Amino acid sequence: MNAFQRMNTALMVDESKKIFKVSRRAFVDPDILEAERAQIFDKCWLYLGHSSELAKPGDFVTRSVGGRNILFARDGKGNLKAMLNTCPHRGAQVCREKHGSAKSFQCFYHGWVFGLDGTLRSQPGESSYAADFKERSTSNMQQVARFESYRDLNFICFDKGVESLSDYLGPVKEYLDVICDQAEMGMTIVGGTQEYSMRANWKLLTENSIDGYHALTTHATYLDYLKSATGALAQVAFEGSARDLGKGHAVLEYKAPWGRPVAQWIPSWGEEGKRELTRLYDGLVKRFGKERADRIATFNRNLFIFPNLVINDIMAVTVRTYYPAAPDFMNISAWALAPKEETEWARKYRLFNFLEFLGPGGFATPDDVEALEQCQRGFRNSAEAQWNDISKGMGKENPSYDDELQMRAFWSNWNEHIFRVPA
Amino acid sequence: MSDGVTAMQTIARTDVEDFLFAEAELLDEWRLPEWLELFTDDAIYYVPATDLAVDASPDNNLFYVADDRFRLSERVKRLMKRTAHAEFPHSRTRHLVCNVRIRKHIGDDIEVSSAFITYRTKDGVTDTYFGSNRYRLLPCNGTFRIKEKRCLLDSEGLRTQGRVSIIL
Repeated sequence: MNAFQRMNTALMVDESKKIFKVSRRAFVDPDILEAERAQIFDKCWLYLGHSSELAKPGDFVTRSVGGRNILFARDGKGNLKAMLNTCPHRGAQVCREKHGSAKSFQCFYHGWVFGLDGTLRSQPGESSYAADFKERSTSNMQQVARFESYRDLNFICFDKGVESLSDYLGPVKEYLDVICDQAEMGMTIVGGTQEYSMRANWKLLTENSIDGYHALTTHATYLDYLKSATGALAQVAFEGSARDLGKGHAVLEYKAPWGRPVAQWIPSWGEEGKRELTRLYDGLVKRFGKERADRIATFNRNLFIFPNLVINDIMAVTVRTYYPAAPDFMNISAWALAPKEETEWARKYRLFNFLEFLGPGGFATPDDVEALEQCQRGFRNSAEAQWNDISKGMGKENPSYDDELQMRAFWSNWNEHIFRVPA
Repeated sequence: MSDGVTAMQTIARTDVEDFLFAEAELLDEWRLPEWLELFTDDAIYYVPATDLAVDASPDNNLFYVADDRFRLSERVKRLMKRTAHAEFPHSRTRHLVCNVRIRKHIGDDIEVSSAFITYRTKDGVTDTYFGSNRYRLLPCNGTFRIKEKRCLLDSEGLRTQGRVSIIL
């Protein structure tokens, strides 16, 4: 029996004393990672991609999701398909391009040809196979066990018996609605993927993505920049709340002084920008009434969907997902999400805004990378210095956006998955 | 300023190389404010995402870096602070520049391409960035000023570098 098997929780919690601690072993132990693969990544709904990435029949992307190679394609009828990217014959990866448009998929090893939906069309030497070989479902590329969508966000799950995506998301859906409703004609992924990595445990990025507490110190230079750029700030103070959305999901919803392309104007966007944002805001009021329009336009949301999807609707909208390659290494993919009907002006300023803060070349994310890598280094002392503290805001009736409620929500659910201890 | 014809006759590849080698030295010695002075007032500095076409625009595509001159100056200001945590203490870098070619003349400007390998080392970890640079240079008083620098990474994304916190 190894040490991990003797553990029955990674948390030390005492509500009355406002104690909430997480064992640093959770960030370094290979046995924990193995348990996460089996009990989280093999069991939970995972983000695959956005419908807009496959605009027309034949479009495809290949992507690593939960350790599998997935071929995500739009078939000839326009239906989206999520297939395991492996030949049913002898296992080779069938599609070897990252994205593109195809009429069929051919495995180059022995030349088997599959339709856009993964159905075997032909294979060299067909006469040497059983007469009904092509009718057997086992001759086709295998579909992922479960594949469901919400508002063009497509998810897969490798556990056939999992609850529906809709039930899994629960109250998250309302926040996805608020984010997606900023577009009248739907949201789209903008061209270009940010693919990067960190020498840190994947759960550190979960914490960081919904951490309102670190902004003033970790991102001091970003805030300096906003102050020195003429007209980069609206007269708005940081203020807002955090919410536990159940099942490990959580959200921060708050006001912040940066410009929002839908729709919080800042002076540096000038009169043209003011007209554009007024038009967008008026459109929201017309569609949803003033209260909801204000929420969509002027509030920011850092939305976390368990176990590894972050949709941040901040100075731009980013969709980010990440997977562990080792206890101390993760791979991250991030995209920009925007309203389909957005004007050239708005798209340009949205992307300019995005890069100011977000991504591995921005003025903020590199410092997050540094912080998380420094945490991972600190965990080398975890045999002696054993605990992380995430108790900020415990016992408050209305936890603030810069408290740590949302992290406690994540960890409680994580702990339940790993140790089967009810949260 | 010379006209295009004169410029074409007098600019040798070695002149461009001298300039690019000097640029690399400023970066490796962390003399970033001096490096910034190499740029014109309307200059741009781009690092596109690696799944985009080489001439993609940051107005409708997601890049890693898309700085105008103002934001580039802010990037330099930021990198010189102790609170730019990703680069504190400063990483050590070596920018290697080779395969320099003058591609074409556009009015007074020249378009130049080069290949680069940049090593960055910090906290016992060394990362390698490699790719090509596309410059638009303005010949000026016997040297050049940079109007555009576009760094095209050859790697698939930023794995394992994780960030472009240095200037490429």
